[in-house]
Amino acid sequence: MKYLDEFGDPDLARGLLDDIARTVTQPWSIMEVCGGQTHTIIRNGIDQLLPEEVTLIHGPGCPVCVTPLETIDRALAIASRPEVIFCSFGDMLRVPGSRDDLFRVKAGGGDVRIVYSPLDAVNLARDNPDKQVVFFAIGFETTAPANAMTVQVARRQGLVNFSLLVSHVLVPPAVRALMEAPERRVQGFLAAGHVCTVMGLDDYGPLVERYRVPIVVTGFEPLDVLEGFRRVLVQLEEGRAELENAYPRAVSAEGNPEARRVVAEVFEVCDRQWRGIGPIPGSGWRLSAAYADFDAERRFDVGGIVTEESTRCRSGEVLQGLITPPQCEAFGTECTPRTPLGAPMVSSEGACAAYHRFRRLDEPAVAGG
Amino acid sequence: MCLGVPGRIEEVWEADGTRMAIADFGGVRKEVCLAYVPEVEVGDYTIVHVGFALTRLDEASALETLALFREVGLLDDELGPAAGATA
Amino acid sequence: MTTSPLEPENWSCPLPLRDHPTIVMGHGGGGRLSAELVEHLFLPAFGGAGTVLAQLGDAAVVQAGGARLAFSTDSFVVRPRFFPGGNLGDLAVNGTVNDVAMTGATPLFLSAGFVLEEGLPIDELGLIAGSMGAAARRAGVEVVTGDTKVVDSGHGDGAYVTTAGVGLLAPGVELGPHRVRPGDVVLVSGPVGLHGIAVLSVREGFEFGADVCSDTAPLNGLVAALLAAGVDVHMLRDPTRGGVAATLNEISATSRTGVEIDERAVPVPDVVAAACGLLGLDPLEVANEGRLVAFVARDDADRALEVLRADPLGAGATMIGQVVDTHPGVVVARTGIGGTRVIDLPLSEQLPRIC
Repeated sequence: MKYLDEFGDPDLARGLLDDIARTVTQPWSIMEVCGGQTHTIIRNGIDQLLPEEVTLIHGPGCPVCVTPLETIDRALAIASRPEVIFCSFGDMLRVPGSRDDLFRVKAGGGDVRIVYSPLDAVNLARDNPDKQVVFFAIGFETTAPANAMTVQVARRQGLVNFSLLVSHVLVPPAVRALMEAPERRVQGFLAAGHVCTVMGLDDYGPLVERYRVPIVVTGFEPLDVLEGFRRVLVQLEEGRAELENAYPRAVSAEGNPEARRVVAEVFEVCDRQWRGIGPIPGSGWRLSAAYADFDAERRFDVGGIVTEESTRCRSGEVLQGLITPPQCEAFGTECTPRTPLGAPMVSSEGACAAYHRFRRLDEPAVAGG
Repeated sequence: MCLGVPGRIEEVWEADGTRMAIADFGGVRKEVCLAYVPEVEVGDYTIVHVGFALTRLDEASALETLALFREVGLLDDELGPAAGATA
Repeated sequence: MTTSPLEPENWSCPLPLRDHPTIVMGHGGGGRLSAELVEHLFLPAFGGAGTVLAQLGDAAVVQAGGARLAFSTDSFVVRPRFFPGGNLGDLAVNGTVNDVAMTGATPLFLSAGFVLEEGLPIDELGLIAGSMGAAARRAGVEVVTGDTKVVDSGHGDGAYVTTAGVGLLAPGVELGPHRVRPGDVVLVSGPVGLHGIAVLSVREGFEFGADVCSDTAPLNGLVAALLAAGVDVHMLRDPTRGGVAATLNEISATSRTGVEIDERAVPVPDVVAAACGLLGLDPLEVANEGRLVAFVARDDADRALEVLRADPLGAGATMIGQVVDTHPGVVVARTGIGGTRVIDLPLSEQLPRIC
C-alpha cells in the first residue's frame, strides 16, 4: 500500500536502529503517548530491537486504559436498556467495568454494536426510529472532529433518537500531569502524530520549555516510530530539549483549523478522570451547551453509579511509568489477559498485556499461556 | 488513539451539504467524509480516521522523509557498525 | 467450526465458567470459555478423562471392525449466510470434510441436519442445499443421511446446519501433535485471511468494496496427494477461527514444542493486508476456510511444497517457519523489520480498533 509499505522497509529500519545504537551512551526513559504507537512497537518487536539502555514507558494514550470506570459503568447501564442500540468502537468492548463489560451486557440481551465510524451510528438512528441509538464517543483529539461533525449531521437531519456518551481526553494536560508528578520518570516524549494532525503543534512548545523535555511528533509506521525514538535520543544525548516534527507528511504546524472550529462548536473543555491516574483538570471535552440535547448522560437517568475498582490493580502506576507490570503482585497470577483486573491487561496495546505476552518466553514449561 | 490510514480519493460527491468520497485503501474501497479537507481532489492521498479524512498527505514531504532515512543509514555505513548495534 | 470475525457468536467473555449460571456467547467462541464448558460439563457427562473425546481433536480417530475411522461434527451458524465466494452450505460441507481430512483420513460420508426457522425463504434454503451438493461432489463425498426440524419464527436464526463426517484412515497413517518435533518445518498451503475479510466486507456496519472472496474449499485432495507422495507429514490443521495464530498456538501447546515463524514469509494478499490495516486487525488471526497448515519433517519440505503447488488449491504453498526446542508452547515471530514478537492464542475474535 502506498505511503505504508515504504515506511516499513527493513533496510531503512536497520539504518535507523544502527544510528540509535551508535547514539545511545547512557540509560534513558522515553514515553510514546499514543496507544497506536504502542501497538506498532509491540507488533514489530521494536521494544526488542532498541538498545537495553532505552526504557520504554508505554503512555496512557489508549481509550481502553484511561476511560474512567464511572463512564464505563454508565455505558453498561445505558446499553442494558431495552430501547437502546448501543454503538461503540471495537476497542471498548472488553473493558472491564465494576461488574460487567459490554460483552456480558450483550449476553444479557443488550443491543450492542461495533461501528467503524460514528456516521454508522447516525445511519442506524435514521433506520431505527423506534430505538434510541447511543454512540460511545471516546478518544483523543484525533477522533473529536469526526464525533463533532456527526452530531451536526444528526441535528441537520432532525434526529431525536441519537445521542453521544462522551469521554474525550486531551493529550497536553496529560503530559503536564505526568511531568508534574513528584516521581516523574519520563525524559522524552513521542507525541501522537494524528492528534497533532488536528491540533497542530502550538500546545507542545510550552511543555518543552517548562519541563525541558524533548518532544518529537511521531507517526505510526515502523520507520516513523524508530525515527521518533532516534530524534528524542539524539536530543537527550546532546542535552537539548526541543519540539520536532518527525511526521511532516501528515502534520503541519497549524493542524486542521476547520476541524478545530467544528470541535469548538460542539464540545467544550472540562475536567476528566483518567482511570488509574485520577482527575486531571481541563483534560477532557464534553458536549457544549448548544448541543446538550445530544448528551446521553442527560437523556438517560441511570441512577447513582457506584464504582468498584479492583484494589489489587496497579494500572495507574503502570500508566505513569512508576512500575513495570511484572512489579505488580497480581501480574500473571490473578491478572492475565483472560482474567484482567484492569484495562492495561485487556487492551491489545496495554503495557500489562504486552509484558505478559513476552513473559512466556522466559518460562520453560508454559503451555497454552 | 489514532489509527489513521492513507487512502487515495477516487470519487467525490455532495450529500446533504457534506462533501463525501470513495477512498481506495490498497484495494479496499470505503466511503469517507471530506468535510475537513476541502482542498482535496480526486487522486490525492489522505489520512482517514474513523471514516473522516483529516489531512492531505504531502507526497513531497513523504519522499523527503524517506530520503532522510536513507541518509541516516548511509552515514552509519560510512562510519562502520556501532559497538552496541543490535544484531 | 464456522468463522466470521465480529460474529457476536464468536465473542468470548473474559470471565470464567463458574460465574455463569446461563450460557453466554463466549461459550461458543472456541476460546477459554468454550474449553471450560467442555472440560467441566461435557467431558464428565460423556465419560471423562481417558476417553477418545478427552483428546479433544477436531476429529476423533476410532477403531471399529478392524478399520480406523476419523469422525467429526460441526455446526454452522454464520451470519450473513451469503458472502463473496460462498455461503453457509459451502462452509458446512467443506468444514467437516476438512476436519476429517486433517487426521489424514479419506473423507467419505456426511450427514446434514437442518434447524430452520419458520419464515425462511425456500429459495434461500434451495441455494444453500444446492451449494452443499456441489461442494460434496467437488470433495468426492456423499451426503447419505440428514434431518430437518423447523422451529417457531423468532426461535432460530434463519438456518442452522450441522454436518457430521466419517472417513477411513489407511494403515500406518498417524498424524498428530505427538509426532511434531524440533526441526520440523511449518508450511501453509496458500495466502491467508481471505475468508474472514470476505465475510467482514459484507457485514453490516463494515461494508467495504473489495475484490475478495472466501477461500472455502475441500482440502482432502491436498492431503491425499501429500500422503500418496510419501511425504513425512507429522501434523495437519486448517486455520479456521482464530487464524494461523490460533492453529500454531494450539499445536505448539499440545506438542509441547516451540514454533518460530518469519512474518515476511506468510503470504497475505494485498487486499487482506489493506482491510486489516484499515480496521486494525492482524492477518494472522483472520479465519481461513480453504487452507491447511502442515508440520512436515525437514528433509521432506521441498517435496511437500512441490506436491502442494501441483494442485490449484495449493498453488501458493510456502514455508513460513519451523519447530524449535526452545520456548515450548510459545509461538514467536520474526517481524517485518527484524524484531521479535510473541504470537498469543487469540482470546476471542479480534475486534476492529481505532487506536
